[in-house]
Amino acid sequence: MSKKTIREALNEALRQEMARDGQVIILGEDVAGGHGGTGVIDAYGGPLGVTKGVIGEFGANRVIDTPISESAIMGAAAGAAATGLRPVAELMFVDFMGVCFDQIFNQAAKFRYMFGGKTKTPMVVRTTIGAGMRTAAQHSQCLYHMFTSVPGLKCVMPSNAYDAKGLLIEAIRDDDPVIFFENKLLYDLACDVPDESYAIPFGEANVVREGGDVTIVAFSRMVHIAEEAAKTLAAEGISVEVIDPRTTSPLDEETILDSVEKTGFLVVVDESAARCGMAADIAGLVVEQAFDALRGPIIQITPPHTPVPFSPPLEDAFIPTAGAVCDAIRKLLK
Amino acid sequence: MNLGNNILLDAYHRMKSIREFEERIHVENTTGEIPGFVHLYAGQEAVATGVCLQLRDSDYIGSTHRGHGHSIAKGCDIKAMMLEIYGKKGGLCAGKGGSMHIADFEKGMLGANAIVGGNPPLVIGAALTAKVKGTDGVAVSFSGDGASNQGTTFEAMNMAVVLKLPVVFIFENNGYGEGTGCDYAVGADSIAKRAESFGMPAVSVDGTDFFAVEAAAREAVTRARTGQGPSAIEASAMRFYGHFEGDPQAYRSADELAELRKTGDCLKIFRARVEKDQLVTADALDQIDREVADLIDEAVDKARKADFPTSDDLLTDVYVSY
Ligand SMILES: Cc1ncc(C[n+]2csc(CCOP(=O)(O)OP(=O)(O)O)c2C)c(N)n1
Ligand SMILES: [Mg+2]
Repeated sequence: MSKKTIREALNEALRQEMARDGQVIILGEDVAGGHGGTGVIDAYGGPLGVTKGVIGEFGANRVIDTPISESAIMGAAAGAAATGLRPVAELMFVDFMGVCFDQIFNQAAKFRYMFGGKTKTPMVVRTTIGAGMRTAAQHSQCLYHMFTSVPGLKCVMPSNAYDAKGLLIEAIRDDDPVIFFENKLLYDLACDVPDESYAIPFGEANVVREGGDVTIVAFSRMVHIAEEAAKTLAAEGISVEVIDPRTTSPLDEETILDSVEKTGFLVVVDESAARCGMAADIAGLVVEQAFDALRGPIIQITPPHTPVPFSPPLEDAFIPTAGAVCDAIRKLLK
Repeated sequence: MNLGNNILLDAYHRMKSIREFEERIHVENTTGEIPGFVHLYAGQEAVATGVCLQLRDSDYIGSTHRGHGHSIAKGCDIKAMMLEIYGKKGGLCAGKGGSMHIADFEKGMLGANAIVGGNPPLVIGAALTAKVKGTDGVAVSFSGDGASNQGTTFEAMNMAVVLKLPVVFIFENNGYGEGTGCDYAVGADSIAKRAESFGMPAVSVDGTDFFAVEAAAREAVTRARTGQGPSAIEASAMRFYGHFEGDPQAYRSADELAELRKTGDCLKIFRARVEKDQLVTADALDQIDREVADLIDEAVDKARKADFPTSDDLLTDVYVSY
């Protein structure tokens, strides 16, 4: 056990699974980098450094740099998964789903059902999400809600390094297509991570902090915003329970419902979308199944219904803040 | 064809403006005042300039993440561009787009584009507008060697041929897509030959030679303007800086970079040629150097001092009406 960043934890998960299972391959743009150049191979090790060193250990036959051709990358991963490999494909930024979504949602996601249960598609798509890096409208979105709405896909979004490792290992071992969302701003966040391999089952929420007055459900980086708010409110005598579902498909409904039964209040902090996003999804669940427990309106804290702006003050105003969460809860409990 | 003095000075002005703009951003970026990703175009100036010199404001170009050079060559206001890159009020896109989304439709600049392979389909749309409306407008797509491998690019090329659209596909081969070499990622012998196989004339030119680019672009744009359909040009010129600012560039050797500045500098090559052939005077070029340096100084100064937009602006312009 030692402190590892999310980047390091993911790297370790990939190496351990590749060592364990020869069918696991990695493919994507610059997952190594340097091929066809005058410098060194593994010049990138993944655009954000997650796959650094993996090619040195497992070779170019299993760590595959591709042309910039996302449809072919995602389709190749799906096709390879259905025929005997366990590909981990990288979609550098989730925004690029725009050029390859067919291969994911019409192809990979549908195989099992559409072919009458005859096939397995054990692929993982690792992709990055999140605003806050000033990368504007086409490199900052948090589109996990769109994948979550597609039957056949599993959706995972770790908020810390321990979960990142265990969930990625689970994703690779899972026989269904899994979309694995990594928040760009969290890569350097470190915590204690066991050196040995371990898997965290999907569909089990993590109760990050226990409390009795109000439930917050938050995803990915928003878990940290929720925790920050919870700490501030604790000093004011408000006890907040923070739940990180960790996977949106499958979703641990029970943990969320039990918590709302206990607290009577629900706030969802979600960076995905103001309309038809995860916040609306969780709110719908709770209204339907825990209506009698609710003692106030459900609050959805999301970005506004706009693209992600570039200019720093605009982007800062776009992303949900701990301050906004605190204000909402104070008002709710008054 | 001999280019007149005015055209050569105009060309030099555009190339020098791009170079100065990019080198200055390279320096200013280290202060932390420039938000987000910047991808510099220095080294490839002769391509944007040789092509855009053939175009009118009413013609369109589509650009890439490395779009500053195309924007300047197409006539975008340099101060408004700098404001945009700093994320300030008065920026060309009101601070909402930044470096990767500079656009100015009045100048025929359809936008830098942060999606690799994003622009070729859009550009054939601009060409379609010209064709349907019966104007003699032309649209030009700038793509990198990396973007040449994107399915969207292939689809756009085929459809342009099928519909005989007034479009020119420029492939700027700078040897790399991020950290992956073109020789590795492009399966064909050349990007030009692959484009040709779609059914359009295509040539390869030295992208550091303004005169070579200019001649090829003139022919292709004339072809488009006179209803003879699409063409493609592969222009080779390396970028002087990393893929993005901050890129350690381990995929290329120090020798490659050093050599580049010595033998692959399109501005030096241009100057040597026009001075040797006595096409323009050294004084006239020096004068442009000074003007451009002053302009970029002013642009940076103005951008640094300008106000940021306020959070009220966050909610505007999502729709025309709602
Ligand atoms: C669809 C998509 N895939 C990947 C990227 C990430 N990316 C940005 S620029 C780039 C390299 C582009 O190479 P090239 O087309 O040769 O242009 P250059 O950077 O050399 O100008 C990549 C992979 C992206 N922005 N969009
Ligand atoms: Mg390139």
